[in-house]
Amino acid sequence: MPTKPEAAVPHRSSEEGPPDAASSAGEPLLSVRDLHVHFSIHGSFVQRLLNREAGSVKAVDGVSLDVQPGEVLGVVGESGSGKTTLGRALMGLVAPSSGSIRYRGQEVATASERAFRPLRRKIQMIFQDPHASLNPSMDLETALAHPLRIHKQTSGEQTRQRVRESLERVGLSPVDRFIHKLPGDLSGGQKQRAVIARAIILGPDLLVADEPVSMLDMSVRAKILELMLDLKRDLGLTYVYITHDLATAKFFCDRVAIMYLGRVVEIGPTAEIFADPKHPYTKALLSAIPDPDPERSLPAELPRGEIPDAAAPPHGCAFHPRCPRAFGPCGWEARDLRTLLEEHWAAVDLEDYERERGVVGDVDHLQERGHTAVLRPGGGGDVGDVRALVERLRAADPDEPFWRGVRSIEDGDGEVRLVFSDGRDPSLQPVDQVQVACHLYDGDGAHRQTGGLSR
Amino acid sequence: MSETQDERFRPEAARTDVLSVRDLRVWYGTERGPVRAVDGVDFDLRPGETLGLVGESGCGKSTLGRGVLGLLPTGARAAGAVHFRGDNLVELSDKQMQTRRGPELGLIFQEPMTRLNPLMRISQHFEETLRVHESGISKDEIRIRALGALRGMGIPPTRYRNYPHEFSGGMRQRLMIALTLVLRPALIVADEPTTSLDVLVEAQIIRILHDLRRNFDTAMLLITHNLGIVAEACDRVAVMYAGHIVEEGDAKQVFSAPAHPYTRELLRSTISLRTTGLHYIPGAPPDLADPPSGCTFHPRCPDAMAVCRDQDPVEVRTSGGQRVACWLHGPDARIPDGGREPLSRQEISVADEA
Repeated sequence: MPTKPEAAVPHRSSEEGPPDAASSAGEPLLSVRDLHVHFSIHGSFVQRLLNREAGSVKAVDGVSLDVQPGEVLGVVGESGSGKTTLGRALMGLVAPSSGSIRYRGQEVATASERAFRPLRRKIQMIFQDPHASLNPSMDLETALAHPLRIHKQTSGEQTRQRVRESLERVGLSPVDRFIHKLPGDLSGGQKQRAVIARAIILGPDLLVADEPVSMLDMSVRAKILELMLDLKRDLGLTYVYITHDLATAKFFCDRVAIMYLGRVVEIGPTAEIFADPKHPYTKALLSAIPDPDPERSLPAELPRGEIPDAAAPPHGCAFHPRCPRAFGPCGWEARDLRTLLEEHWAAVDLEDYERERGVVGDVDHLQERGHTAVLRPGGGGDVGDVRALVERLRAADPDEPFWRGVRSIEDGDGEVRLVFSDGRDPSLQPVDQVQVACHLYDGDGAHRQTGGLSR
Repeated sequence: MSETQDERFRPEAARTDVLSVRDLRVWYGTERGPVRAVDGVDFDLRPGETLGLVGESGCGKSTLGRGVLGLLPTGARAAGAVHFRGDNLVELSDKQMQTRRGPELGLIFQEPMTRLNPLMRISQHFEETLRVHESGISKDEIRIRALGALRGMGIPPTRYRNYPHEFSGGMRQRLMIALTLVLRPALIVADEPTTSLDVLVEAQIIRILHDLRRNFDTAMLLITHNLGIVAEACDRVAVMYAGHIVEEGDAKQVFSAPAHPYTRELLRSTISLRTTGLHYIPGAPPDLADPPSGCTFHPRCPDAMAVCRDQDPVEVRTSGGQRVACWLHGPDARIPDGGREPLSRQEISVADEA
């Protein structure tokens, strides 16, 4: 690889925080505490006119983590997990609703744009799409000199020198061949190298890399990851690596945080998490990766459904509607019954569906939040028929996690009521070497499977 | 190549093939001359069979899929033969192709939301699709057929009158597959059907595609860059490089014992959970307007020999049953004296690599 150890090493000035010796002794480079980023939803015109809030999306919902100097922290999650919003918040690109982000002890979550600007020299970002991150009408020299000019770092010959060094460092050499090229003349991998060259030109400490290789071809991904590892070693960089790809995270990261719907559900050393995933979501993710190994195939059981709407997250643990091991305290609610009925109807004959639909009537009201699910008979049956249908569903699949959350089934007053166990939000707690937010690990840490009506 | 023709395509199988592609070529006119995106491709597809077409961006896999369906962009030309139900699709007019797309040739795209009309209910999508291709179909029949197709994709009938925006990304892709299947086409081309989806949803869709071949007699050409998806969902795999199919065979066989160096290197450079060291293929894919002489992979091939630079490879069948176009597998009689001398790889500057 082209990186030369003797080339310019970024200078760290001492007034910007504790010296490196102190930080490697446990002082995190970046410390995030109870970070929330909420986006308000704009409702209809009338609602806005009346200044009524239509609700909010909790993109990041109480995240706490530390990034140690020199480590690679992976933030892994599906789309909608809040991983990108978290990365953008670290860069000051979105304003946190509450919580704290400290960079070398300095609070940046509440920093004004003006106060934040000098910090951007130290915290840089690499985006997913290299094509969209480069101005198509700027040649590489102009593009790379841009941050130096904006931050008034260098001028004239010095700028040119820094640009050349940076291009050389990322492997765009011989430099003369590339320095006047436009992004359109470069391949995807070359563009991503140019983006990285621009990110390191100010001598940052921390790079937030948001899916830096996911747009690249398989045979190129390894090269870019190798370049990033070389730069980390030579320049003493720290990475926050945001990705949906567990395979690259396993290879690339020292620690990983698994995110689901705005929260960290499991965080710990990479080796630990991949060898012994604790959270059912982490387990599911690991088993679902398509692998060219002919000996391996997809598991028979995949979590159903998809990541839920963040504007109306599930009660309790956000993963419970999809979780194969969910039980009593996971947060069961009325709409889970709707999902259960719909899944059942998607599997039965049209005739059965139409008859059963007649028995329970409309199920749209189950969308409302509630601790009790109420079913009223439709035109095609009475309370007894509704109850019989519910009992039949349970008998057909007694191992379905949903029934573990049902405390009792009552009828009377012309309706059937399913009362659910009380749901609680799981919080991160230490289990072995990692931290997990899952009720399975509550109390004595035994993997419990109790609660509800299971006999 | 003609002398190996009989060996490659068993005549008894050829009669039952849904699709039979012979020497298909597709090229785009550019300022720098023709770009040969698909350069002499042969393959067959039997009923109920899924063939995975894999390769990196720019290898011509999407162009091949579009060429089969007659959906090439303006400026592209096709030649060769695409035999489907007694016709050569390459020679049909646009209008003739249009009547075949839908009821006979299905297509699943990458971005489901761009293919669904946001102002139409799901029921209306099915009504439109079925009425266009099966005039006189009754409303009841439409409902029964549509709900049957939705059930096959695990979409509850309660959602039949919803709008596309009320569905999640994975559900939309299921809708697209249901809309394609409701016409019962003999062949489906699926172009990166799971690329925009999350891991868990992707696995669900792969499962559905995997089950399709058991439940329907539909043959599928599954185009993807993800080798893992092929291993999960396909019976056979064809690996494309620079417009050619360099290797084709049983998916499990190709992945466990790749015959072509490109397949082998591509598998090695794929980062999976078992990756312990980074590996990549040196160099970059060739410029298709000016491809290298001989085997187009020879400048990057760790096993390149003198003959690879000088002569186009000949397709042979390996003992493992794969079709492979690589001089390593012979035929020995065609390799000139000294042709097996290793080729010293030219120095490639790092930047050329990416």
